[in-house]
Amino acid sequence: MLNSIFYSIKQAFLQVSRNRAMSLASIFSISAMLLILGLFFIVVVNINMATEAAKQDYETVQVYLLDEVTFEEAQVMIDSFERIEGVSDTKYLDKETALQQWKAKWGESGYLLDSLGNNPLPNSILITVSQLEAADQVVKEAGKAQGIEDVKYYKETVEKLLKITNFIQIGALIIMVFLIIVAVVVVSNTIKLTVFARSREITMMKYVGATNWFIRGPFLVEGMLIGIFSALISVAIIALTYSKISELIGQDVFIILSTPMVPVSFMTINLISIFLAVGISIGACGSIISMRRFLDT
Amino acid sequence: MIRFEKVTKYYKNNVGLENVSVHINKGDFVFLVGPSGAGKSTFIKLILKEIEADSGSILVNDKEVTSLSNRQIPILRRSIGIVFQDFRLLPKKTVFENVAFAMEIIHKSPRTIRRQVPQILSLVGIANKASKYPDELSAGEQQRVAIARAIVNNPTVLIADEPTGNLDPDTAWEIMKLLEQINLRGTTIVMVTHAKDIVDRMNKRVIVIDKGKIIRDNVGAYGIDVFETPSCQPEGGVFSQDVK
Repeated sequence: MLNSIFYSIKQAFLQVSRNRAMSLASIFSISAMLLILGLFFIVVVNINMATEAAKQDYETVQVYLLDEVTFEEAQVMIDSFERIEGVSDTKYLDKETALQQWKAKWGESGYLLDSLGNNPLPNSILITVSQLEAADQVVKEAGKAQGIEDVKYYKETVEKLLKITNFIQIGALIIMVFLIIVAVVVVSNTIKLTVFARSREITMMKYVGATNWFIRGPFLVEGMLIGIFSALISVAIIALTYSKISELIGQDVFIILSTPMVPVSFMTINLISIFLAVGISIGACGSIISMRRFLDT
Repeated sequence: MIRFEKVTKYYKNNVGLENVSVHINKGDFVFLVGPSGAGKSTFIKLILKEIEADSGSILVNDKEVTSLSNRQIPILRRSIGIVFQDFRLLPKKTVFENVAFAMEIIHKSPRTIRRQVPQILSLVGIANKASKYPDELSAGEQQRVAIARAIVNNPTVLIADEPTGNLDPDTAWEIMKLLEQINLRGTTIVMVTHAKDIVDRMNKRVIVIDKGKIIRDNVGAYGIDVFETPSCQPEGGVFSQDVK
């Protein structure tokens, strides 16, 4: 068993180096495929993160109070909101804390808020709902209450956002599947060349009584090697590019979308494991497909 | 031992074998002769289960071959050695590696391989050529390597498909002596040939196949009377086509 595993690995390295041009060609095409895959992955992950952040913001109904409403009066309102089904949390936010939060969010640009003379922000009650439907009820209740300046909630925006992200995710998934199929075909063609180049040897192996798995082993490992090399190359390229991009525009993205980009380290670690898995499976599938006809008898 | 019982194999447009029954004992030396397309290759391919019989029973070493699953075919083939007319050595491997290859693929340990390959090479008389490549050897020496590869795993049956077809008469005769020597060690030998002189000189059992039927089976000469125009041209051997 161990002997045949070593044999397969040794043979696979020999095959890749003998068949250098073709192996390189398929490593490059699979790397290119994985690069596109990675691009989609990054976009989808970032969109997901932004949506999650947005959803959290928008799942709260913000009830802005007039300045003359006292803390005690606000407390009464909170009690009435808490009685509504679907409300999971309520919180009183005074205008000073609200301003501090804004400053924190803007980070380095927070000093801009210092130039405001008076704090323009109102006191507010933040109501978190567990179901978006409950928000309607909250808005209706709030409409009846006295001393309320405005009620803000974003049910439609959230729904639209969810629809768009769903659409992007499904689209990305379809393209990914398509790319993976293309990659499998590329690998299987490369392996087919080595199989043909070694058909004499394979015929002999069969006559001497080698099992199909023993014959397949080196080609399987060859496919996997191609997959591993491609995964490493494409992760390296993506990690470099992504870190450059987030260095350049990370801050701006943060201010526009009020959510940070997914960090480079998190992205790289995930991409390495995903791409290795994808690359190895592509290589293995490709070689099994290319051997299938050959090992019929 | 090999036993065919009422074995029939038809191809799309012609007959392979028709209702053939034959028994080859352990340790026999048998010549399989007949014109091209008579059914010799069908006979050999059925033994190796490269093709399926339409009906009948085929026993090799007391195992029913026709009912073997795909998984069991490699096990069957390990008990059968094969030698071809065109040697089929791997050109990029040395003599030693060509023989070792047959052991590697049935998971023999490197130590066993290092011990047994030189033994088998000296048995076939090319111990001093171990580090040569096939194209550095004469045709006779190449066939000896092929025979070494075929018997290194101690098969009970050795199938030789026109093993002398590419050799000059003297070298051919040396190879026949080697095969006889292997036969004396107890290995059953089934040899497909067109070489009348060799068959006559060896004086072994001869099975003549024609049009899918055994038309003669006895010890003795090639029997020129069997064919009106005996084809003595080497035809490339029954394995001129690689298995798929």
